[in-house]
Amino acid sequence: MAKELIRLEDCRKEFDGEVVLDSISLAIKDKEFLTLLGPSGCGKTTTLRIIGGFLRPDSGKVVFDGVTINDVPPHKRKINTVFQKYALFTHLNVYENIAFGLRVQRPKLSEQEIERRVHESLELVALKGYEKRSVSQLSGGQQQRVAIARAVVNKPQVLLLDEPLGALDLKLRKDMQRELKQIQQQVGITFIYVTHDQEEALTMSDTVVVMNKGEIQQIGTPLDIYNEPKNAFVADFIGESNIIDGVMVSDHIVRMYGRDFECLDKGFSPNEPVDVVVRPEDIDIVPVSQGQIVGTVTDVTFKGMQYDIIVDFQGFKWLIQTTDHSPVGTRIGVKIDPDGFHIMKKSEYSGLYGDYSSYSAEYDELSADPEGGGQEDE
Amino acid sequence: MSKNKLFSGTVGAVGGFFDRFRRQSFAYPYVLWMALFVVIPIILIGVYAFTSAQGTFTLENFSGMTDYAPVFGRSLWLAFLATVICILIGYPVALAISRADSKTQRILLMLIMLPMWINFLLRTYAWMSLLENTGLINRLLASIGVFDLINSLHAGDAGYSPITHFQLINTNGAVILGMVYNYLPFMILPIESVIVKIDPFVIEAAQDLGANSGTVFRKVILPLSLSGVISGITMVFVPAVSTFVISKLLSNGTVMLLGDLIEMQFSGAAYNPHLGSAISLIMMVIVVICMSVMSKFGEGEEQAVVM
Repeated sequence: MAKELIRLEDCRKEFDGEVVLDSISLAIKDKEFLTLLGPSGCGKTTTLRIIGGFLRPDSGKVVFDGVTINDVPPHKRKINTVFQKYALFTHLNVYENIAFGLRVQRPKLSEQEIERRVHESLELVALKGYEKRSVSQLSGGQQQRVAIARAVVNKPQVLLLDEPLGALDLKLRKDMQRELKQIQQQVGITFIYVTHDQEEALTMSDTVVVMNKGEIQQIGTPLDIYNEPKNAFVADFIGESNIIDGVMVSDHIVRMYGRDFECLDKGFSPNEPVDVVVRPEDIDIVPVSQGQIVGTVTDVTFKGMQYDIIVDFQGFKWLIQTTDHSPVGTRIGVKIDPDGFHIMKKSEYSGLYGDYSSYSAEYDELSADPEGGGQEDE
Repeated sequence: MSKNKLFSGTVGAVGGFFDRFRRQSFAYPYVLWMALFVVIPIILIGVYAFTSAQGTFTLENFSGMTDYAPVFGRSLWLAFLATVICILIGYPVALAISRADSKTQRILLMLIMLPMWINFLLRTYAWMSLLENTGLINRLLASIGVFDLINSLHAGDAGYSPITHFQLINTNGAVILGMVYNYLPFMILPIESVIVKIDPFVIEAAQDLGANSGTVFRKVILPLSLSGVISGITMVFVPAVSTFVISKLLSNGTVMLLGDLIEMQFSGAAYNPHLGSAISLIMMVIVVICMSVMSKFGEGEEQAVVM
């Protein structure tokens, strides 16, 4: 891909003695769609605000196009932001909201130039004909479009988006995801996107940065992050995962429940304790006699496309996603192909995630839109 | 939420009616109050203004009104100046308060309201004793030799008579000072309450789009706080234009305002409630015109909530 545009070097930020960002280092390439993903309080918004210039790192450097910009105020950065709650100017109409960034430019732009570029922006977000509307008359989705048009009209090199779709309903959010991706490709600039929604991150991004507790957990393509999570936190946060204690007996052999399973991973020291990740969709339900392991179904939820089945394997509860219905109480066997295992080194997160004992509570939390994603760090 | 739903679901239209009825009835005490002490007095003023002492209809009360033009002019002018000064002092104060952290904000607002805990008359009397010819300010200036210095500088001038004090009280300035002092909190509070409600992200958005702090103020904070300024103007101008205590105490009758003129018609030697009502009526009309012109500026803005 293209050259590096932004680099964070060991950026650290504390609020009232609490470490919000712990020495973050990150390189962002030109024209890439990068997503900072993590739960609230993970430091993603703080990172974004440091890039935008609204916060100054306590230590470390922010480098933009080869120049350190720690002390450059927001209005002098070639970076624009789409704020979480849009932050539109309620005293101005749609046209003037978008023209704001052009009107404050010095030397002054001609009125024709302003008009041309405002219309160009409106066209980009499919809001032609809304020029004279008051922003308070617009729906949430339309306000979001105005916020995007307002931010791109200045032709920034980077657009920062802070949970821009958080306030929209699910259907609209899906449409806007696609549209945002299109807009990014059309204007050809770097997007840095903050979200707590893993699905959003996987759908839109070129690069996903998973964060937790002020630290970067993993940087990679959506595929990498999903298929090769680095630790139990990432495995649990991205999608659903059963994470089981295991031992890497030797290359390609992992032991759990006192049984050896064939897997594709290698490069661990002999008998190294590991975390074993099995995605719920990689598990086949088979008759008890053919099962690699055998357990009891304790819960079944119909999800439309599949059933979510909770199976108790010797006290550890797994989530299995299947199209076949198995009623609660049945004994089932399961079979996992070698490529269904992903082996991770032990980390501070080992044992914290990946057990579905508290299934229903956890599931509700995951599917419901967690509140206050943007209030973090403040 | 679910409780509410249950209610309307079972009780239905009847419940809705009673609901509405009950809610409306909460306003009755106030409606009664307004009717007794606002609407009826205004009608009485109207009746008095258009009748003579004999109780017959007349326009005579208005015919001599041009004699009082200077009083009208002075009242409006002084109230206007006081309002302008209140904006000039009050806006920066409100802005500064709104930028403080919430604890400091509370303390500062408290300090601004503190003088209001002291009786209005008492506060104005206090200014009297400060501004008098032998008052605290003049005595202080004398004690540090200001007048001696001035007199010595002019010692050789022909026809110069030495001064012993500055004329502070009984001037337009003293009346304006009294107005500003008494009504300033009513300018600061509505402006402050509007500014603190401005979303900080809107200000960040403006910075983000390239506006420096001056431009942010001019193009975002000022227009968004205009509704507060308009509330403030209303709350300062209206009482200032009709005050009589301030002018009476701080000018000893030398600066006659509309309020003094009206008061004289009701309780003074010139007892004439018909003329007093006529003057009141005209003042009311002027105030209403001023306010509607003002509110034109704030059109489309949400009404400022006071405190």
